[in-house]
Amino acid sequence: MILQVSGVSKRFGGLQALSDVSFNLEEGRIMGLIGPNGAGKTTLFNCINGVYRPEEGRVVFRGQNITGNKTYHVAKMGLSRTHQIVRPLNDLTIRENVIVGACFGRENHSLGSAEKIADEVLEFVRLHERANQLAGSLNVGQKKRLEMARALAARPYLLLLDEVLAGLNASEITQMIGIVRDIRERGTTIIMIEHVMQAVMNVSDDILVLDFGKQIAFGTPEQVANDPKVIEAYLGDPTLAAELSGKKSSA
Amino acid sequence: MSLKNLKNPGLWLTLVVVFILGVIPIINNKASAREETLTVLLSVILVSSLNILLGYTGYISFGHIVFYGMGGYVGLFLISVYGWSLWTAMAAGGLASGLLAFLLGSAILRLRGSYFALATIGINEAMRAFISNFEPFGGPTGISLNFQVYNQYGGAAQALWTIYYVVLALALGNILLSYLVKTSKFGLGLQAIREDEEAAEVMGVVTPSSKTWAYVLSAVLPGMVGVLFFFKNGNIEPGPAFRLHLSIELLVMVMLGGYGTIAGPVLGAFGYQRLRGLLLTSDLFKNIQLTVAGVLLLVIILFIPSGAVGWIRHRFPVTRRYLP
Ligand SMILES: Nc1ncnc2c1ncn2[C@@H]1O[C@H](COP(=O)(O)OP(=O)(O)O)[C@@H](O)[C@H]1O
Ligand SMILES: [Mg+2]
Repeated sequence: MILQVSGVSKRFGGLQALSDVSFNLEEGRIMGLIGPNGAGKTTLFNCINGVYRPEEGRVVFRGQNITGNKTYHVAKMGLSRTHQIVRPLNDLTIRENVIVGACFGRENHSLGSAEKIADEVLEFVRLHERANQLAGSLNVGQKKRLEMARALAARPYLLLLDEVLAGLNASEITQMIGIVRDIRERGTTIIMIEHVMQAVMNVSDDILVLDFGKQIAFGTPEQVANDPKVIEAYLGDPTLAAELSGKKSSA
Repeated sequence: MSLKNLKNPGLWLTLVVVFILGVIPIINNKASAREETLTVLLSVILVSSLNILLGYTGYISFGHIVFYGMGGYVGLFLISVYGWSLWTAMAAGGLASGLLAFLLGSAILRLRGSYFALATIGINEAMRAFISNFEPFGGPTGISLNFQVYNQYGGAAQALWTIYYVVLALALGNILLSYLVKTSKFGLGLQAIREDEEAAEVMGVVTPSSKTWAYVLSAVLPGMVGVLFFFKNGNIEPGPAFRLHLSIELLVMVMLGGYGTIAGPVLGAFGYQRLRGLLLTSDLFKNIQLTVAGVLLLVIILFIPSGAVGWIRHRFPVTRRYLP
């Protein structure tokens, strides 16, 4: 078990952003994390990688309790993430951004070896032609791939992807899904938050559904898509509900 | 930090220019030119060390001059009371300032943005108040040196030249140091903090210790030259040692030349001191030089926020590789 989350709860003032979320993730799998806007998906990531300390519950990563650990310690243990709202280091080049990931991540590389990793990873996410451009000059889709590249350069055991498909056009989505599959091929475990239902259903081994901070379903994509509670949660959003049932009929 | 990085032409150009400007008064053997250049070289040291904190790490300090004053006090104290030589006192002044930065940094570098900046103003004022009441350092009257201390350096006139050589060497050394820091892994971590501290942490940059070490590095050389300056001066008092407006002038110089670059602080120090020299000869401007500095800072921030060197780097991206 690479990640064990048990009974995690997080409050913001009067708002219960997460209540009693628990799941186990096996190594080498892709877990999709879905739920309507504001369901607490990003907050769950923040509780796992130490941006927030949950009020209750435990997060165990590769056998170690990391609940409330500093994010940089968690990163060095091999847990990397991307941000839903991209956070490029604007005034550094794309290559330097990725070198930061390699230098300070799990393998703690020197600048020299980090440069090699950066070039490899940039080619992998197809940003190598822009390596010497400033990160601030990229468009959103490219910035998402930069987020991905930085996280990958750390050579993590577990990768948390927060809506890497949002805001991308159809061909970029196909490209990104290819990248996600390749990452898994290389043995990295992935949790991905996604709104593009088709994509997340196709690519995930397990799905966790959050609604108002509560975990309403956990299982295979088929189980989840047929779960009445999930369909109900998405009824407020007709297009998503349609996508879910669309998936059901095609499965 | 790999040695191939040392082949950077912008670094060498900066070093050569500073060296030539520094050597001219020596060749001409003119004391007045020496004093003028000494002021500029001291500024170069203060500004490019401030740049490690402000330019690389993105933390604005209004209290950088604290380290200058602190070094000066510790140095003059050791020389006058314990008879230390100027050189060991200089090292001790640098160490004392580094230690002070370490202690302060551990406490206030947790503050972000404007809160940190405000805290540094408080530190400058608190330090002055504390030293004014600290009897071993002479309280409000400070420490004065006996004129005879200059004898062991060949007399006062010779001592001034010797100090000048050392300041020139320290200025060159500081430019090299700031370059090595910038091109090191440590420096990359600092720049990541400047761009987005939370993103840097998520990527594994251990921000508390990185910031503290940046602060320490930026404090040591000011502490050392503080000893030299106040030794040359013959005395040190709380007012001149902790002058808030000097800190502000340092900020103007960093911003003028271009924060975060190697040549920027040097250009800023030369440019600003030149301008100040011109203004000082005019009676009209004599009394309002700080106002001029303030207006200048405003104009820079509004129109060329990245400073002269930063502007060139932005305008002509090819120069980025040659202008570190
Ligand atoms: N730092 C914060 N302070 C206060 N409220 C927050 C904070 N972060 C998230 N929230 C709130 O918590 C809820 C869950 O947010 P989030 O985890 O971002 O949802 P999701 O990623 O599922 O869209 C939302 O109502 C959001 O407004
Ligand atoms: Mg979110």
